[in-house]
Amino acid sequence: MPAAQPAPLTLVPPAADTAPRTIVDIRNLTLTYQAADHPVYALSDVSLSIAKGDFISLIGPSGCGKTTLMRVVADLEQPTSGEVTVNGMTPEQARLKRAYGYVFQAPALYPWRTVERNVMLPLEIMGMPKADRQQRAREQLDLVGLSGFERKFPWQLSGGMQQRVSIARALAFDPDLLLMDEPFGALDEITRDHLNLQLTRLWLSTRKTCIFVTHSIAEAVFLSTRIVVMSPRPGRILDVIDCDRDLPRERTLDIRESPEFQRIAHRVREGLMEGHSYDD
Amino acid sequence: MSRSNMARPAMAPWPLVMLAAPLLPFAMLDGAALYLPQIPVALALFALSVATILARRLPASALGEAVLLLVGVAAAYAAPLVLLNQGHALAQAGGLWLYLAGATLLLWRVLALLAGVTGPARLAGPALFGMALVLLWEILTRGFQVPTILLPPPSLVATAFAANAADLWDDFRQTVLISVLRGYLIGCGAGFLVAILADRVPFLARGLLPLGNLASAVPVVGIAPIMVMWFGFDWQSKAAVIVVMTFFPMLINTLAGLQSAERIQLDLMRSYGAGYWRTLAMLRLPCALPFLFNGLKINSTLALIGAIVAEFFGTPVVGMGFRISTQVARMNLDIVWATIAVAALTGSLLYGALALAERHVTAWHPSLRKR
Ligand SMILES: Nc1ncnc2c1ncn2[C@@H]1O[C@H](COP(=O)(O)OP(=O)(O)OP(=O)(O)O)[C@@H](O)[C@H]1O
Ligand SMILES: [Mg+2]
Repeated sequence: MPAAQPAPLTLVPPAADTAPRTIVDIRNLTLTYQAADHPVYALSDVSLSIAKGDFISLIGPSGCGKTTLMRVVADLEQPTSGEVTVNGMTPEQARLKRAYGYVFQAPALYPWRTVERNVMLPLEIMGMPKADRQQRAREQLDLVGLSGFERKFPWQLSGGMQQRVSIARALAFDPDLLLMDEPFGALDEITRDHLNLQLTRLWLSTRKTCIFVTHSIAEAVFLSTRIVVMSPRPGRILDVIDCDRDLPRERTLDIRESPEFQRIAHRVREGLMEGHSYDD
Repeated sequence: MSRSNMARPAMAPWPLVMLAAPLLPFAMLDGAALYLPQIPVALALFALSVATILARRLPASALGEAVLLLVGVAAAYAAPLVLLNQGHALAQAGGLWLYLAGATLLLWRVLALLAGVTGPARLAGPALFGMALVLLWEILTRGFQVPTILLPPPSLVATAFAANAADLWDDFRQTVLISVLRGYLIGCGAGFLVAILADRVPFLARGLLPLGNLASAVPVVGIAPIMVMWFGFDWQSKAAVIVVMTFFPMLINTLAGLQSAERIQLDLMRSYGAGYWRTLAMLRLPCALPFLFNGLKINSTLALIGAIVAEFFGTPVVGMGFRISTQVARMNLDIVWATIAVAALTGSLLYGALALAERHVTAWHPSLRKR
């Protein structure tokens, strides 16, 4: 892998006892959509490198390119210029190796499959035997608090429940890299807290790498090792805030009352407000 | 008052027009007008109908009232048939027709009541509706002595049906079991396969779709004689006509269905590294199912029409189209009607079977979901 270029916002991952391995490396990424009348500058010169075990939150106003950035990493969108590697491979190779699980901004469930069979879909594609598939699906549905709904169809569930099914589906095949686009956007506060806790526990115990999009500052601070604040038109990174220094890795909900937490949240808020001033 | 009673709306006054029936002639016998009191059996039936209306509030449930009123309706429908069999003429029997009109309006209430009940009795509604239509057809054609050339009564059609059952079965086998089935399977199958091909090769789709519009505008009476010249008198020419008629509807529906998967659903498949065929099998074809059924249903009626019309232009001496064309020429309209009945029944059954299969296979689709 080439040596790290001194790009303005490339961050060296925090030093840990073992040498951290770069999972996602984004360099000078620019993406322009050719809309009918005028080009849309969705991403402009974005650089970011994500180490194994990182939990990165992307936060920023609507339309600032968070989804686009994730889609590039997932090889669902082709960059106009710049380089992206995932596990040292091109995004396409990584996708074909099923390197990541993607929770889309909408549930994207298949209405002809029951909840359980939706969760089993990736396992089926990977050729896992039926009994294992079923067991995995049950475990994941239990994790997101949906046991008992296995035989229901997606359209018989509420929007938040559907989104939880899609989380279970992404977790089912145990990918090392999780891309989550506002997974908890449609949930009530209590369920959201509960799933936030579940997610940190899962992340801690499995050392997965997560890229997470949210509009909630508290959620971002609570979950992340680093928070990436973005701003729109053109979409770019304004600030990268390290939470790992001041907050322990293992977190409980009451950490949200601590002064460190408040300080980080304040900094995120300032970054967001700076981004918004570009709107006018 | 019980709850089921509360749910029953009051009866509209219209069935009561039958109360005017005694004022007008009820039947004619040997040129003389007879009034209701002069015909004991008619009087008894009329009294029964009126009695059921008067007693309609007695049953506790809507179903009970429906059954009671149905007896009254049945009496009214029986009256003209009994009178006709006794040799009465009914063309000028204004009283009887008033009675019948009132009873038909009463049937309206019966059907409305049945539509409100739950359980298997609900299904009786459509059946009663169909039976009433056939009975009215019988009563009106015989009562007004419509020439059988124009419209034979159903009883005559049924007699012809029984007398010619062997012929009708042969026709059915030739037209439906041989021509329609083969043509339909070939036409729909080819449309489906070409659609999948055209979906992979975009210029094929762009070339074929305008052709499809053209083909659907070609009249079947135009291509049928040509196909008979090309493929001979037997089933091959009928199947060819059906293939021409069914190919493009299937093609267009399948293409539209394959396009109907949403981007995010496709992205999901892509994120799993699923290839073209797997995406087709696990996502795009299930998405296309409602469209496929649409094509199959349209084609089931098209195929039947195509085969029957094509048989007008040459066929071995058997087949529903052949039967209609020859029996019309011989003025045997009852056999023609019997054949039409077979065709109509076949078409409905085919369509019904497909609709049932669709309901079963695509129960997830928003138009069929039951909570
Ligand atoms: N397929 C597309 N074609 C054209 N423009 C697009 C397309 N997808 C996104 N855009 C534009 O790119 C910009 C970034 O979109 P993106 O979906 O990444 O925003 P986002 O940060 O995820 O917003 P939100 O928080 O609302 O989900 C927007 O201005 C959007 O209009
Ligand atoms: Mg988004």
